[in-house]
Amino acid sequence: MTALDVKKIRADFPILDRQVHPGVPLVYLDSTATSQKPLVVIEALNSFYRTYNANIHRGIHVLAEEATAMYEDSRVKVARFINAPSARQVIFTRNTTESINLVAYSWARANLKSGDLIILTEMEHHSNLIPWHMLAFEGGVRLEFIPVNETGSLDMQVYQELLKQEPRLVAFTHMSNVLGTINPAAEIIRRAHAAGAITLLDGAQSVPHLSVDVQELDADFLVFSAHKMLGPTGIGALYGKLELLENMPPFLGGGDMIKTVHLRSFLPNSLPHKFEAGTPAISEAIGFGSAVEYLEGLGMTQVEAHEQEMIHYALERLEEIPGVRVYGPPAEHKGAVAAFTLEDIHPHDVAQILDRYGVAVRAGHHCAQPLHEKLGIPATTRASFYIYNMPHEVDQLVAGIYQVKKMFS
Amino acid sequence: MEDLYREVIIDHYKNPQYRGKLEPHDISFEDDNPLCGDHIRIDLRIDKDSRVNEARFDGHGCAISQASADLLTESIIGKSLEEIKTLNKQDILDMLGIELGPVRLKCALLSLKVLKAGIYGLGEASDDLVE
Ligand SMILES: Cc1ncc(COP(=O)(O)O)c(C=O)c1O
Repeated sequence: MTALDVKKIRADFPILDRQVHPGVPLVYLDSTATSQKPLVVIEALNSFYRTYNANIHRGIHVLAEEATAMYEDSRVKVARFINAPSARQVIFTRNTTESINLVAYSWARANLKSGDLIILTEMEHHSNLIPWHMLAFEGGVRLEFIPVNETGSLDMQVYQELLKQEPRLVAFTHMSNVLGTINPAAEIIRRAHAAGAITLLDGAQSVPHLSVDVQELDADFLVFSAHKMLGPTGIGALYGKLELLENMPPFLGGGDMIKTVHLRSFLPNSLPHKFEAGTPAISEAIGFGSAVEYLEGLGMTQVEAHEQEMIHYALERLEEIPGVRVYGPPAEHKGAVAAFTLEDIHPHDVAQILDRYGVAVRAGHHCAQPLHEKLGIPATTRASFYIYNMPHEVDQLVAGIYQVKKMFS
Repeated sequence: MEDLYREVIIDHYKNPQYRGKLEPHDISFEDDNPLCGDHIRIDLRIDKDSRVNEARFDGHGCAISQASADLLTESIIGKSLEEIKTLNKQDILDMLGIELGPVRLKCALLSLKVLKAGIYGLGEASDDLVE
């Protein structure tokens, strides 16, 4: 009946066997911050260092050739995962944050001028906010925000109004890391294009959990991080439309991003290398490839279905606890993220007490301070679910919350 | 670990003895813990021998940050400013009677940082005040 064979999946994640306190097993409900890693990913890193560690490109020896082939093969896998038309449209970066900064430094600084408008939303992660603040501060671009309404979705009417001001860029999250809201990306992009703007889709939360097809969405840029989708930290991706990427000036300068160098000039390399200066995170990139392969093996439709089951059950159980308030849309319109408050007990205290029972959740503003301001609360406790979570873990969360209530009553 | 929410902490959190503001005051300072949005303000009245003769704290945050603010405020009444300058992390932990991980330590130490920044007349409550 369940969409995934979770028992079998759990066996692939060695960390899920550990106890966090003597006799207390781990209940990991913090995958929105970072996911756990399956053995295939751990082994991919391990085998790189054990058997073919070498710097990539230019090396004329077996190790360098193997490493280069695996690194580039990983790019092909990641490109296929988001249905990019070609692998050279996938640039390896450190993470979502760096991908957004790359667009802000390269595309925006070359294409925007003082007074130009960028549309963001009120539910952005700080990483899709600060790079634009910095640009506004430095270059005088204007920022406007699509409001979040009562139900935790974007106010599409205000968006329509904002589009009349002829924005140059609409940069927005596909899935909120707090509310779990899945935004109507295709529609937002379609309207942006009709108004003459290009779009940046923050896929940090959507790419790990939904099937995301850049061609179907017609996204101009898509950014995401490997570590939230079973891959290693230190590696992420920027997808861009070919024409945009071709015309963007390089971001960081150095080795690998050049075609020819003279003492007083250089010619940038072609895509994707133009944007990959210096020695990249090679083993991590290779691990990223293994992670997307693992997800493909499960099937993203199954992943989505499993998470829908989890969030339905989690909301049902959480909402029956007196004093709990869950933020965001109903289960059928959101990803497997439940951010909640419990009476006026500070989320740090909630999380700390849950930790005693092995339940790992996150507490704070989750790098979305403006959204919390809008909700009128300083912080929330957030439980999030992924492919390896099971309903009985929701029960443990709920039991823990009752303990918190008891302690503070 | 069981000790983290010892009764004394829950007690000082729920029924703080020194919550409030002093108007007028000789020293007042406030700051946030950016990690979690905890906020603490501390007001002091100082006598002619540079001793604290009245103190109050105000703010919001988790049980650890608020309980340690109440305990700290209680403990400094009658102390000289020079004595207060020597207080550090361990004094707070002794007062709370618990061990804390790096994240919650920041909650516990916020009030001491605020207090010291106020006494030194600094612009912000930085971490090196309590190392
Ligand atoms: C929606 C969203 N955008 C961006 C990020 C930033 O990702 P990273 O820290 O990997 O750059 C996150 C991570 O929490 C996120 O949830």
